[in-house]
Amino acid sequence: MTKFIDLTLNGISTGAIYAAVALALVLIWRSTRIVNFAQGSMLMFTTFIASAVISSGGSYVLGFVVALASGFVLGAVVERVIVRPVEGAPPINPVILTLGLYTLIVAIAGMIWGNTPRSFPAAFSLRGYKVGGTTLLFTPNDTFIVLVVIAVAVALAFLFRATSVGLRMRGAAFAPEVARLLGVRVGRMLTLGWALAATVGSLAGVLVAPSVFLGPNSFDPILIIGFVAAVLGGLDSPPGAVVGGIVLGLALSYVSGYEGASLVPLAALAILVIVLMIRPTGLFSATKERRV
Amino acid sequence: MSGKALGVVRGSTLLRSLAIVVVAGVVLILVTDSVSSYRNLQIAYGAYYFCVLAGLTVLAGASGQVSLGQGAFMAVGAYTFSKLNATPVAWSVLPSLIGAVVATVLIGIPVGVAASRLRGPYLAGATLAFAVGLPALADKFQTFLGGENGLVVNPPTPPSWLGANFSLERWEAWIACAGALVVVFVLYNLIHSAVGRSWRAVRDDEIAAALAGLRVGRRQALAFTISAGCAGLGGGLLAAVTQLASPGAFPLQLSLTLLAGVVIGGLGSLVGALWGAALLVLLPNWTNDLANSFSLSQNVSHNLPIAIYGLVLIGAMLVWPSGIQGGLRAIAHGVGPAIRSRRGPPASSTPATGAPEPAKDEGVKASQP
Amino acid sequence: MLTIEALTTDYGPIRAVDGVSFEVPEGSVTAVLGANGAGKTSLLRTITGLVRPSSGTVKLAGEDVTRLPVEEIVRRGMAHVPEGRGVIAELTVAENLRLGGLWRGREAAPLSEIYELFPRLEERASQPASRLSGGERQMLSIGRALVGRPRALLLDEPSLGLAPVLVAQIMVMVRRLADTLGLAVLLVEQNARSALSIANRGVVLNLGRVVAEQDPDKLIADDRLLHAYLGF
Repeated sequence: MTKFIDLTLNGISTGAIYAAVALALVLIWRSTRIVNFAQGSMLMFTTFIASAVISSGGSYVLGFVVALASGFVLGAVVERVIVRPVEGAPPINPVILTLGLYTLIVAIAGMIWGNTPRSFPAAFSLRGYKVGGTTLLFTPNDTFIVLVVIAVAVALAFLFRATSVGLRMRGAAFAPEVARLLGVRVGRMLTLGWALAATVGSLAGVLVAPSVFLGPNSFDPILIIGFVAAVLGGLDSPPGAVVGGIVLGLALSYVSGYEGASLVPLAALAILVIVLMIRPTGLFSATKERRV
Repeated sequence: MSGKALGVVRGSTLLRSLAIVVVAGVVLILVTDSVSSYRNLQIAYGAYYFCVLAGLTVLAGASGQVSLGQGAFMAVGAYTFSKLNATPVAWSVLPSLIGAVVATVLIGIPVGVAASRLRGPYLAGATLAFAVGLPALADKFQTFLGGENGLVVNPPTPPSWLGANFSLERWEAWIACAGALVVVFVLYNLIHSAVGRSWRAVRDDEIAAALAGLRVGRRQALAFTISAGCAGLGGGLLAAVTQLASPGAFPLQLSLTLLAGVVIGGLGSLVGALWGAALLVLLPNWTNDLANSFSLSQNVSHNLPIAIYGLVLIGAMLVWPSGIQGGLRAIAHGVGPAIRSRRGPPASSTPATGAPEPAKDEGVKASQP
Repeated sequence: MLTIEALTTDYGPIRAVDGVSFEVPEGSVTAVLGANGAGKTSLLRTITGLVRPSSGTVKLAGEDVTRLPVEEIVRRGMAHVPEGRGVIAELTVAENLRLGGLWRGREAAPLSEIYELFPRLEERASQPASRLSGGERQMLSIGRALVGRPRALLLDEPSLGLAPVLVAQIMVMVRRLADTLGLAVLLVEQNARSALSIANRGVVLNLGRVVAEQDPDKLIADDRLLHAYLGF
């Protein structure tokens, strides 16, 4: 029974990470109809930057902030410079482009920091809570992770529903040509969308780094699982991304606990295939075919 | 066209492909004779890369689908070869290779069926997950699959009638090239057959093809399965040549490197697959030499080929969506590379990979005059 | 207010707009008429900046806006109500309206003004725009254009798909807007009669070229013209 509780708690905290990655993917999908396969490498890169800051004497908080800020900048630059040219192209082009970007970023990270994984500090204690004599597999750091992700999700919801910027971004995402006719600078909104998404991704990177060790390829599984979570919830739906992340986190935690960690990627694949066969638009998507 | 004429046309593809294979075979025999062991090994590497790339380029270019799971299929081929070649089964090279292909095709069929119903980023994501998930199985079945260290393969000994001085590397090159020539033969005939034509019809306009009565799903599943078989052959050859089948040989990066290989060679072109294979073999050497001459660190030289693959993929999409071969074709026809105009009327037909996705967010498309 | 000079637009080898020139003064309605394929919509899209012209100029209040991006032209006071209404289905009625005026900031029209013009919209303010009928969408689209307090209003076939009663209401509304707000209205229509009934000036296009520019009464009286170019 303790094992089940442990796995459930673990699933919630890993699920929060997947939710954050899924959120980043969903934000980009909604604004530019592109799946950013480079997301995993981008968040790896910004986490490396944070690590460099912390290693050279900065505080954890400073590293955290730098990670988010560099994520924002990286997202904006990538959209404006690399992705903008393929935004109208057939869907296979941005797929290959973002995969190429992923490859490039991993290589550059390897060139700068080497390929040996290194440790990354956690924000809070990594010792499990003690409940009545047993130690749970849930730590104060995990609480931090879950709370931060929830806060981010709420903040984004507020941004989109209640602010002018959010309205512009939604308008630009749903109907770019019409939005331009309403004076919305759609290009800027797309860049902003990518910048925000990359910031959320960077957050996920910093949160998960302590447990996976920081190396150019350490975050690969997280990108894939984040993608599955986004598809599960519906690529169009930010709340779906959060729910999808948590559900997937739980499911994979049970798989890992009862069948072994090496089956996790395949389990994620199985879930992905099932969702795509049964309900391709995801659990929460309200997308209808847009008629011209 | 009369029946006789048709027969000649059909026959001529077969003859043409046979001629190509024979000529190439002779050339390879001569070349492997005259170069060093190291070069022969490189030829072997290039040959098994070619098998995989040829299958992938046919899949991508000829039928419009992208697969990032070829690394996983290679792993299936490699591990199957190792299992069959080693005791207690102890088959020789040829049956083991055939077994590798069969196993990969068997796995490729359900994957292909599933993949044929996916498009664009969904297909990419699913095949990515496959590429990461399958090699991880080696950890799960430690004893059977050898875990992290993998399975060791006995080196394929050259038959005695070739002489005692026949080097191992040359034999490996011959085996690998034989495999590559088989792939050329099969794919060349497929591309120029009715099957190939139906693939191209699906690639160019899925909806029109379906309306014309083509079973789109089946065609694409077939293309997928064939590319899996090619990758399996490549993997089996890899195991034979490197004498090892381990999860470390099939990381996620491999599938992306393969993608770069077909992109740079031109999607859909067998000749392009050849260029791609050559690049994959030679590039690490070139970058190593470059790094040494500039005294760059190990980190840089190790990652430089990967950076270049990334740049290739990015660059190709920005400049030449159909790779060098496509670019050359375009120049030959006097058509500029950037045909998509974001002004003026929307493009009337987008390639099939885009097909059933939610309509683009274009608000209202005003009617054209 | 709005001056079009020798405007020419090519889609590759096809010349969709061929040397079109006319003016739309403040407080007036200019109807652009023609059969399907005559180039009316291309003309409108060129004026708004969705399509780049090959030659010619578009001037708004004397300023040359020809080569500006769409959103910049809109921000100089040219509002475009697209064909098919272009209502953003995923947003609510109120959000659609607000979006139209965000670029204006404080000087945008308060939504209450729009609701006064179109009371039906206020009833549906918090409903997603996808639930609106054709006529309501047209009102929303026009209302949305007005939130930004434009100087020029371009309407692309507002009567399309609407019942005659609604068409008449909308035409009356457009006329009123031109008179009370001093808008320069460019009205592209296939429904020539209803357009001419409120217009100060009529421009007839055929194959991208202007074939007639007249007072509406003269146009309506010219049977030959009507048969040849307007289909009745």
